[in-house]
Amino acid sequence: MMASALPLGLMVSGQNGKIKEIVGGKGFRERLMEMGFNKGSTIKVIRNDSGPLIVIVKESRMAVGRGMAQKIFVEGV
Amino acid sequence: MANISNALKKDGQFNIALAGNPNAGKTSLFNSLTGARQHVGNWPGVTVEKKEGKAIYQGKSVNIIDLPGTYSLGAYSEDEMIARDYIVKENPDVVINVVDATNLERNLYLTTQILEMNVDVVIALNMMDEAKAREIQIDVKKLSNLLGLPTIPTIATKKEGVNELLKSAVEQKKAEKTFKIDYGREIEEELETLQKVLSVYMDLSASYPLRWLAIKLLEDDKHLLKEIESKDKVIAQVEKSKQRILEVLDEEVETIIIDQRYQFIAEITKKCVKRPQTTKETLSDKIDKVVTHRIIGIPLFTVVMWLVFQFTFKLGDPLIGWVETFFEYLGGLASAGLENIGASEMLISFVMDGVIGGVGSVLVFLPPILLVFLAISLLEDSGYMARGAYVMDRLMTALGLHGKSFISMIIGFGCNVPGIMATRTLENKKDRMIAILINPFMSCLARLPVYVLFGSAFFAASQGWMIFSLYVLGIVIAIITAKIFSKTLFKGEPSPFVMELPPYRIPTLKGIFVHMWNKGSSFVKKATTIIFGVVVLIWVLSNFPLGVEYASEQSLIGQIGSFVAPVFKPLGFGTWQAAVALVFGLLAKEVVVGTFGVVYGVEEGSLTEVLRGHFTPLSAYAFLVMTLIYVPCVAAIGAIKRETNSWKWTAFAVGYSLVLGWILAFIVYQGGKLIGLG
Repeated sequence: MMASALPLGLMVSGQNGKIKEIVGGKGFRERLMEMGFNKGSTIKVIRNDSGPLIVIVKESRMAVGRGMAQKIFVEGV
Repeated sequence: MANISNALKKDGQFNIALAGNPNAGKTSLFNSLTGARQHVGNWPGVTVEKKEGKAIYQGKSVNIIDLPGTYSLGAYSEDEMIARDYIVKENPDVVINVVDATNLERNLYLTTQILEMNVDVVIALNMMDEAKAREIQIDVKKLSNLLGLPTIPTIATKKEGVNELLKSAVEQKKAEKTFKIDYGREIEEELETLQKVLSVYMDLSASYPLRWLAIKLLEDDKHLLKEIESKDKVIAQVEKSKQRILEVLDEEVETIIIDQRYQFIAEITKKCVKRPQTTKETLSDKIDKVVTHRIIGIPLFTVVMWLVFQFTFKLGDPLIGWVETFFEYLGGLASAGLENIGASEMLISFVMDGVIGGVGSVLVFLPPILLVFLAISLLEDSGYMARGAYVMDRLMTALGLHGKSFISMIIGFGCNVPGIMATRTLENKKDRMIAILINPFMSCLARLPVYVLFGSAFFAASQGWMIFSLYVLGIVIAIITAKIFSKTLFKGEPSPFVMELPPYRIPTLKGIFVHMWNKGSSFVKKATTIIFGVVVLIWVLSNFPLGVEYASEQSLIGQIGSFVAPVFKPLGFGTWQAAVALVFGLLAKEVVVGTFGVVYGVEEGSLTEVLRGHFTPLSAYAFLVMTLIYVPCVAAIGAIKRETNSWKWTAFAVGYSLVLGWILAFIVYQGGKLIGLG
């Protein structure tokens, strides 16, 4: 059901949703998951203008590179 | 009470390791536990810093080892490898897992991994004050029961709960380890099969908990896979298991394992954590609205960096003067004392020019180094550093550098030594190596006297522009070099930019001073070892063969100067004096000026006259280009060695800059001649 999921990079400030899937290399995916971006986590965008995004995941503010944000899919936005 | 673990241990033999996520308050806790009884070194063979200290419990001293802050214990980074190797191989008596109470879910992820290693664990539930402020309620007793671990609430910055924590850690009863995450039937079956295969190998079962090893192998842990690479049966079973799980569950086993760990944690937190439904906008969020702003962010960061620069060097300059005065005074005392006891001229010269003059010329950098680290720890502990990296990331990524390397570059303009040391804030080894190697191209303050001397001798009116051009040249070289290095020597995967932005905090004085002291003392240690050796060598070369005038053409160094001078001929300054000045410039670049004074036998004032007889404006500029780029000074070489922990890379840095300096000076001189500037 990828249709209902949106890449994080396309979300705007204030929107939130649940992480559905992370695509891309295995190492990259695992790293993100271990930093709290696991499936089902609530994610909220605080800043998305230029440069890396700032999001809240599990109570932490995280900066995420733009390229990476295109690989994180969020549902229920 | 034989099962109280410390009863079995003698004084100073009980080891406690601190593990935890970055920003969980591990350093504060370490400082609270150990006070001033700590020292900093490197973990063997790597560039990561190792902090050890002693805590006193009931009159006995207990070792505290601060493991690197990590999110996980896989093989992702050097930090993770070190932390888990320490736990598996050094068998600490107990691991204190520092957990950020405001973010239990993510912090407990590391906890599950530590527990799978079958070690005794005590949880320090830290930052309870912040959790309270955010209205997060934690039933500590329930959490402790669910995890089956002693759990002590702490506020490390205020030393609250620290004594209870230490008591709990030292007196923890060795219990049967029952911790087990159920990874689901399919994975559990494979883990069991794999463990059976592993148990045949005595070397493996002696050094690893087998279930942990089996899980890690399924997780595709590169490091452990390499260790068992000769054990064909294991390799075959790992492949078979992974394949089977993929077939049955239609998902890669690594992902499932991570998910299961989070699910296990969610079960626990559901039962003992209550938090407000909506996340409130915190003060940090409000500050971030300005600080990370698309337009305001970069100018603000520039101002902060400018302030840091001003702070360290405006304040550091007079302090450098004091250290110089101190060494002059010391020199006066020593020479008077030595003359009194009738010491030979040789010995006096050794003490004065060699020991006091040489080591003194390096130790004068101590004040700016201390101030730089004061500023850095202020920026780091307050949380601003992460924001700086955030705003600079876009620009720096375009240059093949990490956002954080900007800070070390700025500091390098003051002095390359603290600049190189400041690269410690970069987690990724590749980013860090590049940042270290390009730092010497940042034109440090020690080069300025050389620029000024030649500027006033040859470029009177346009002196400012000439000096400015050298600074720009240094930056351009640094950028090009970084780009080349990141495409060739340090290729690898570009480190993905994910970084936590910790809440802003008011730094504690203690934390800042401990940090400053650790850095300062390691610099002094270096100045008195590696650097001292080089200083003595140069002194010997200047004084031998016996009877020659100090640093004259007949001395060994003069002979070396005459010998290498032809190398500089194509650059326009093939005199033995220029060569000697460059050799002495190794001590510290401003020594180039003093050396010209010595070898031309004139005071600094009339030096400009003499220089005009030996240089043309073009060859003078070529000489300055060489001064900027060739081999960083001894102190910086020492810093490179210490921070890269490799003689190979140190030699590379020296060789590379020497060759590059020569080539660029050649281009300047010969190119200038071609277009008729000669």
